[in-house]
Amino acid sequence: MRKVAIIGVGVEGFRPAIRDLSYKEMVYRAAVKAYTNADIDPRKEVDTFISCEEDFSMGTSITDEYAPDQLGGAQRSVQTITGDGIQGMAAAYMQIATGMFDVAVVEAQSRISDMLTPNQIQHFALDPIFVRQFNSTHHSIAALEKQAYQHAFGVSDEIIAEVAVKNYRNAILNPIAAYGMNASKEDILETEIISAPLREGEVAEHADGAIVVVMASEDIIKQKNVTPVWVKGISYATNTPNVETRDWKTATYAKLCADRAYKMAGITDPKSQIDLFEIDDTYAFKELQHLEALGIFSFGEAAKALADGKLERGGDLPVNVSGGVLGVGNGHDVNGLQRVAEIVDQLTGEAGKRTVSGAKTGLAFSWRGVPTTAGALAILSVE
Amino acid sequence: MKVRGTKLSHDEFMNKVISVDHHPEIEYAWATGIAISKFLEGLKQGKIYGAKCNDCNRVVCPPRIFCEECFSPMVEYVELPDTGVVNTFSLAYIRTDASRREKPEIPAVIDIDGTTLTPSGFLHLLDENISHDEIKVGMKVKAVWKPENERTGSITDIMYFTKMEE
Ligand SMILES: [Zn+2]
Repeated sequence: MRKVAIIGVGVEGFRPAIRDLSYKEMVYRAAVKAYTNADIDPRKEVDTFISCEEDFSMGTSITDEYAPDQLGGAQRSVQTITGDGIQGMAAAYMQIATGMFDVAVVEAQSRISDMLTPNQIQHFALDPIFVRQFNSTHHSIAALEKQAYQHAFGVSDEIIAEVAVKNYRNAILNPIAAYGMNASKEDILETEIISAPLREGEVAEHADGAIVVVMASEDIIKQKNVTPVWVKGISYATNTPNVETRDWKTATYAKLCADRAYKMAGITDPKSQIDLFEIDDTYAFKELQHLEALGIFSFGEAAKALADGKLERGGDLPVNVSGGVLGVGNGHDVNGLQRVAEIVDQLTGEAGKRTVSGAKTGLAFSWRGVPTTAGALAILSVE
Repeated sequence: MKVRGTKLSHDEFMNKVISVDHHPEIEYAWATGIAISKFLEGLKQGKIYGAKCNDCNRVVCPPRIFCEECFSPMVEYVELPDTGVVNTFSLAYIRTDASRREKPEIPAVIDIDGTTLTPSGFLHLLDENISHDEIKVGMKVKAVWKPENERTGSITDIMYFTKMEE
């Protein structure tokens, strides 16, 4: 099968609320940047458009009907995937690799500020017969998981707070991040309890924004003046929707994703073959839990690596140099493309002061959030 | 005419089979952005705005900040007349809650005068007092506005379109 690469990324946002642009205008601005970077005319050179969005997030049923115009996809092949942007990239990858198409565009966006009742919409994702009958916030599902994780592996609240400290600090240098700040461990631990053991400071705040990614076949790349970031491995997996039968301690979905993507990319030792990691940290403990599920550390060991400074930008295994979901802001279905955008910036020399020197290969992992056990993973490389 | 299906009473539907109810309280407030805000502000003043693409030279209504045909930015607003032509229409007897109207509502797509290349405009209502026989595709119509002090910057600031005297 043909090789596939990312040839351009465009970002609009992220800001806590984008009220001065409509969602179409926000996506248009991201799209123009992506097409400029990719040296592509969307009206002539793009074969397939993939928009990742959910009806309930957008507030319109059959919302995919409204996706084409702002992407340059009017009267063209457009599809919607109700999932994370990396799931959209997986579809684009397959469409290009098979030889059906040469250039694909993937878009995901977040318009949380258009929702006046975001908690209701998250609550609406819970099983209606069992879980939704109780009135605790959806964050309680994450709290149950944090409790199980901490109990199983003896990971303290203090070290989990350090994940938030690191990611909020990293976000200061990221122009697309909405929540860069210097917060101390104490600051995080003093924030209000949402659902014990989960505190407000370790939960990613919502943000609005859009990301457009252009992907192309190796045949097209030969004709263009672009730096290709090759998609070496891509995967997505779901564990189970049932809260009764899921594994609360280890993020099984992340392991399932990693097993597939490592095999595809020929990764046998992720720690030495991957230079930087962008990993879902919608809840601070998730960064550690995900790193372990991805096989970077054994269970309970990610906390030690964090304490030793290994996950810092200058450490052996930089994690969430972008600021992660905590720092950039929780954009739900666009979170995966936030992770991808950072890796593309890093590998193409566009990361400025955030640069991880010598990085050639990066891993982006996204989780679809409460109450899912669904993840998506991309391994990207300039080699 | 025989209607297909089997009628179930409310009691049969809700109480004879075990089911679980949920009534979500979900609300949205969509930011209308640059171009549509301009359009809605215009309606408040009794004006209909469009936008012109300086690349493909078409004038569209409602306005937008980009041309979906050539993907160029659209930066020029144009004030259009509040008249147009019926592109298509229907006599609608059933409301969203499935109840029946005696006198139909008349949704119609209005192509606003002054839009070019492919005519454009929006869906609105026709005057319910026009005799149904007179309503035709291609009929010239004019907006009937709410009094200025009742306009809120909404598509309903135009009450309906009525037939223009030739
Ligand atoms: Zn144009």
